[in-house]
Amino acid sequence: MSSLAELKKQQVSPHVPKYFTPVLVVGAILLIISVAASLSLGSRPVSLQEIMNGLFAEGTGSYGANVVESRIPRTVFSLMCGAALGVSGSLMQAVTRNPIADPSILGVNMGAALFVVIGIAFFNISTAGEYIWLALAGALLTSILVFGVGSMGRGGATPLKLILAGAATSAALSSLVIAIMIPRSYVMDQFRFWQVGSVGAADWSSVQTFSPFLVVGLVIAVLSASALNAMALGDELATGLGVKTSTLRLIAAIAAVLLCGAATALAGPIGFVGLLATHVVRLILGSNLRYLIPMSALTGAIVLTISDVCGRLVGRPGELEVGVVTAFVGAPILIILAMKAKVRSL
Amino acid sequence: MKPTHHFQAEHLVAGYDQKKVLNDISLEIPSNKISVIIGANACGKSTLLKTMARLIKPTSGGITLDGQSLDRIPSKQLARVLGLLPQSPIVPEGITVSDLVGRGRFPHQSMFSGWSKKDYEAVAEAMEIMNVTELANHHIDELSGGQRQRVWIAMALAQQTDILFLDEPTTFLDITYQVEILDLLTDLNEKYGTTIVMVLHDINLSARYADHIFALRQGELISEGAPSDVITSELIHDIFGLHSTVIEDPVSGSPSVIPIGRHHVRQKEAVWS
Repeated sequence: MSSLAELKKQQVSPHVPKYFTPVLVVGAILLIISVAASLSLGSRPVSLQEIMNGLFAEGTGSYGANVVESRIPRTVFSLMCGAALGVSGSLMQAVTRNPIADPSILGVNMGAALFVVIGIAFFNISTAGEYIWLALAGALLTSILVFGVGSMGRGGATPLKLILAGAATSAALSSLVIAIMIPRSYVMDQFRFWQVGSVGAADWSSVQTFSPFLVVGLVIAVLSASALNAMALGDELATGLGVKTSTLRLIAAIAAVLLCGAATALAGPIGFVGLLATHVVRLILGSNLRYLIPMSALTGAIVLTISDVCGRLVGRPGELEVGVVTAFVGAPILIILAMKAKVRSL
Repeated sequence: MKPTHHFQAEHLVAGYDQKKVLNDISLEIPSNKISVIIGANACGKSTLLKTMARLIKPTSGGITLDGQSLDRIPSKQLARVLGLLPQSPIVPEGITVSDLVGRGRFPHQSMFSGWSKKDYEAVAEAMEIMNVTELANHHIDELSGGQRQRVWIAMALAQQTDILFLDEPTTFLDITYQVEILDLLTDLNEKYGTTIVMVLHDINLSARYADHIFALRQGELISEGAPSDVITSELIHDIFGLHSTVIEDPVSGSPSVIPIGRHHVRQKEAVWS
């Protein structure tokens, strides 16, 4: 077929983005750099020798090696957390078809926060293992509520209705959180540390608790990418292509909730990573979700890990929580995006 | 040549919320032909097309494809036979022509499969038919209205369905592009035997390009058949409430509607009588 030959000559493939290979290489390099930085930099800098000892030698017992060893789970956790938030962001943007959607849009953060606060205030809950289920339950219930409200009326769950429902629910829940916290100072102390968002407290058990959620969420995200690509062309066209749009929205939203809810439960609400990762990738590679989703995972991991390292460096001799750093970097970007966002994208 | 299909709607009633838009419509779509649905604004043209493409669930009545009820056919399987190009699909930010056309392959791919040779060929062929191959690497935002519409139709062609529904594929286009699109769709029908059903606004272009006309008035099918049998000044008055005279289109020989308003009429008495 002449035109197929022509396509091949032009090296056009209907779906592989133009700069995919270079982006992959750069991403891999950045990933290695961020991991190296996360292991070596911090309130106490360590030498390369100490890193090697910490990583590969058993029980050298030097202080530096111990520091590095203690930074390993933290690094692993921040990579996983960043990947989860990145993918969660791209899923939410795909589901709501809104370029400024972030986990907070579907009310996930606030729902999770409310349940954790209730747990702390009324049920004396204090461990990560308990936080995660509470936070997930809160996130899930909130999403169902938002999805239910957003689906009411004509046309089902349209992006605009979902966003409105999410914003309204989020506002209502945050006032509940404050109402519960204000009269109880002990809740506030415990909650405040969690609320800022930090990967500093992560250990191997956090990694272990988090893994199944990450795996399930990522698998669902990757498998639904093609259908989400079709849905990006509008619900009517997607239906014509054989996509069950309501089911797809629900499944993708559940995956987004799992990823973001689990990350929120263990590290506190870390904002803007999903937004940032997804937009950087989309800017360079375009909006094909078969590439956007895995690359957002990679970018999210890099962004969060580097933010964490920055927090450690800026906050010396203590450290700045990563949630504060991402907020500082993310807020201006959100404003720029919101100003640029075209109304038709809704 | 595409196979013959029996696509039938029986006693179709549909609408939004409480409002009934379609009222007891029964029809059979002529296989391997071009059909055009005509009617005034808000008469249910688009609703009929959307209901037949299972975007809207009918409140009563049924639609069958080759004797099988439409809602019993798995959605992906149906999407390999019946394609739809809605009136205003969404262009994702920064998408290229080839990526967009490639998304029409969705019903042919499984959740786990990558891109097959067949997928590539279907996309290349669709782009060639619609004459957008040179635009493959361009972003949709850079294209003109006419080019854009050709890309959308190419996407629908990549779906490789036997039946293709199009909701006002020529709206908002200059007359040149309207004719170009309708010519390309006719090529498609003649070359591959694709059954085409579309909603068109322009009554004269409808009469020229359609093999079969469905005329709708307030949710009811009031007339159907070949344009030369259906398009009469009585029908135009029934549908649009407009006086007109129907002449023979000097180019195609199909009926052509000349509207009669209150002004610019040479012999008022003659035409009003």
